[in-house]
Amino acid sequence: MKLFNHLRNLNGITTHHHRILRNRFHPLFNNIKFFSDSSSLPQHQTTTQAKQQPLHSSLNRNELAKFAAIAETWWDSEGPFKPLHVMNPTRLAFIRSALCRHFKKDPYSAKPLEGLKIADVGCGGGILSEPLARMGATVTGIDAVEKNINIARLHAELDPTTSTIEFCCTTAEKLVEEGRQFDAVMALEVIEHVAEPAEFCKSLSALTVPDGATVISTINRSMRAYATAIVAAEYILRWLPMGTHEWSKFLTPEELVLILQRAGIKVEEMAGFAYNPVTGRWSLSDDISVNFIAMGTKTNKTE
Amino acid sequence: MNRVIKKTVSNLCAHKISRKFFCSEIVKVATSPDLVPPNEHEKKPTISQIIPEYDIAIVGGGMVGMSLACFLASMPLTKQLSVAIIDSNPALGSGLSIKKEDPPDPRVSTVTPASISFLKDAGAWKYVEQNRHAYFKKMQVWDYTGFGYARYDAKDVNKDFLGCVAENKVLHSALLSCVKDSDFKTTFYPSRLTSMTLNTNSISTVEENMPPKEPSSAQGHTSKLQLSDGSSIYAKLVVGADGGKSRVRELAGFKTTGWNYSQNAIICTVEHTSDNHCAWQRFLPNGPIALLPMGDKFSNIVWTMSPTESNDRKSITEEMFLKDVNSALDYGYGPHPTSSSLGTGDMFSWLKMDATLSANEFFEIPPKAIRLASERMVFPLSLRHANSYASKRVVLIGDAAHTIHPLAGQGVNLGFGDAFSLSRVIAEGIALGSDIGEVNLLRKYEAERKPANITMMAILDGFQKAYSIDFGPFNFLRAAAFNGANYISPLKRSIISYASGENKLPIFF
Repeated sequence: MKLFNHLRNLNGITTHHHRILRNRFHPLFNNIKFFSDSSSLPQHQTTTQAKQQPLHSSLNRNELAKFAAIAETWWDSEGPFKPLHVMNPTRLAFIRSALCRHFKKDPYSAKPLEGLKIADVGCGGGILSEPLARMGATVTGIDAVEKNINIARLHAELDPTTSTIEFCCTTAEKLVEEGRQFDAVMALEVIEHVAEPAEFCKSLSALTVPDGATVISTINRSMRAYATAIVAAEYILRWLPMGTHEWSKFLTPEELVLILQRAGIKVEEMAGFAYNPVTGRWSLSDDISVNFIAMGTKTNKTE
Repeated sequence: MNRVIKKTVSNLCAHKISRKFFCSEIVKVATSPDLVPPNEHEKKPTISQIIPEYDIAIVGGGMVGMSLACFLASMPLTKQLSVAIIDSNPALGSGLSIKKEDPPDPRVSTVTPASISFLKDAGAWKYVEQNRHAYFKKMQVWDYTGFGYARYDAKDVNKDFLGCVAENKVLHSALLSCVKDSDFKTTFYPSRLTSMTLNTNSISTVEENMPPKEPSSAQGHTSKLQLSDGSSIYAKLVVGADGGKSRVRELAGFKTTGWNYSQNAIICTVEHTSDNHCAWQRFLPNGPIALLPMGDKFSNIVWTMSPTESNDRKSITEEMFLKDVNSALDYGYGPHPTSSSLGTGDMFSWLKMDATLSANEFFEIPPKAIRLASERMVFPLSLRHANSYASKRVVLIGDAAHTIHPLAGQGVNLGFGDAFSLSRVIAEGIALGSDIGEVNLLRKYEAERKPANITMMAILDGFQKAYSIDFGPFNFLRAAAFNGANYISPLKRSIISYASGENKLPIFF
């Protein structure tokens, strides 16, 4: 737990009740990851966090303006979320094949995920939720930021196939309290923004039915990840707003496997994402040194 | 009113008329309102508001548009799509009937092995083989100066044939039959596209903390198409397969680059005394003449010339015209080439790497045309290329994206290539749960096809330009290049491969 204490110390302030967050942001919350499916943190309620209110209004307005400006562009494939749009098909290719294998679904079907209940934790504007719904899944998208949920709902309603997605402004922990369970739980590009990854994984595990699947993607804490995700993507290419990622919060694949195991999830498949600067496209690879995605099965055994 | 309601055409119910209505009562409403029982009137307002929604609207049900429908029908991921086909030709709905005894139509296409394999996989080629078609294994290309000639043989590239010539109506009808015999859901609209509106329900105007709006329309993910018969449809993706004067291209605001050649092509069908099994092409001072085998002792002529010449040749007697054709394919304009006329045979002999190549085959004279078997049709030649093939919810394929010089009969092959590529991209999009009208997805198609199409256009345009110059030294160089192509086996192989539709450049790599 040393690592996680360390992480918590670095980010001890990033846990809030989502209702407080709805309209304003904590000043120390400026490490909110605008480039992530969550754009907010699945929150843990702790007593210490509640004391950190109230907030400085001027800063909040700035943060809010920044956030609002960017949230509206969730579905602009040339906008600030462009890297996510470009990467999305690759993540979906992994999820589709991993879930087809796990749930013994026909990969040649146009709707292979039919009959599966899937939760998209940190759904943001619904960039992942919508394709999953088109693949036939019954999707519940959750995000702690109401603005994201509003955008996601509005966008999903434009297409009859995605209008059935249930979008809720809530947290994984809240869903656990409500006793909700899903065949598969997705948390893509979320865990690196979470204050307590171990607790977060426990919540994901609690949301997954026995023998269900959990999919997590994140960025490795490697020198290459530092060079590409932070130096290149934020400072050189300006793909992401500076300060989007904090290297020390990243998890290595080994750490992720360990905390998932402790949460009762056995990692079955893992893949890396490789970016080809010539074609500008991402592809799946064995190289997990920067971006990686893992699929695990709920085993019911927790340590 | 109920004109907007269409019924799906499938092979299960072989409709003679493409547009049927949901129930017979509704038909009465349309045709004879006075016969409608009073209670039927109450249903009208609700029915009239239903605007059918499709996944894909293909504007233009020609060979390329129908090939897209065929490719979509043949893949497990795309065969569940609902497709509307908009074409003012009413015969599409009822099916085209072709009789083998029909006189051959002068509009033909040379289908490359690559296109044939696409069509075979989609299950459409067997319908082509039921009608008149002609595979050819040999090709002879030469020029009027008597300096250069090249003979290509399918065995040089380990293929059974170099291509197949079929009448456009045979190809079209095969594709139509293939779609109708599948369980693919297509609806034919015998109408023209009049306008197209892209529903851009911007969500960026959402105010902070605004409660989620009710959807202003369920069609935010679609384009609305208005047709000349007054009906409308919605589609997630509009495919412009409506030819060189594409209305879709115009309405979507795609810009084009191009020029007209001051040349016309005369096309017609001629008859020989025996079957022709070779494709012949001779470059003449005013443009090339091609003689393509069509089967049943027929051949197709595509003869490029200046507009004045074409007008003259269209009006002269059949006898005179045949005399011109036979002379153009024989001693007219210049002597027969001999391999030693320039010494190029020796010049390139050291490059001969493969003795089995047909390079040492002798020049042959094409079979004589004895009868004109069709009218003579004249077409102006032009080159046009859309600067972009894809935008949000709109994509162009075939001649709508690129009109080329018909020199090598490549037009339809580029179109089939476009349709095949687009169908794969759509399947990939469906596999990954994408919205099929998303521009990022459609750009993949554009990225795949644009370089291939531009290369072919540049080659054909280059050929055209090379032969529009009649100047001694240049003729020599051109002929040397020709003979070089005949003698250098790797180059020759790649030229054949390229002409047969493989995406390799005709250069040394």
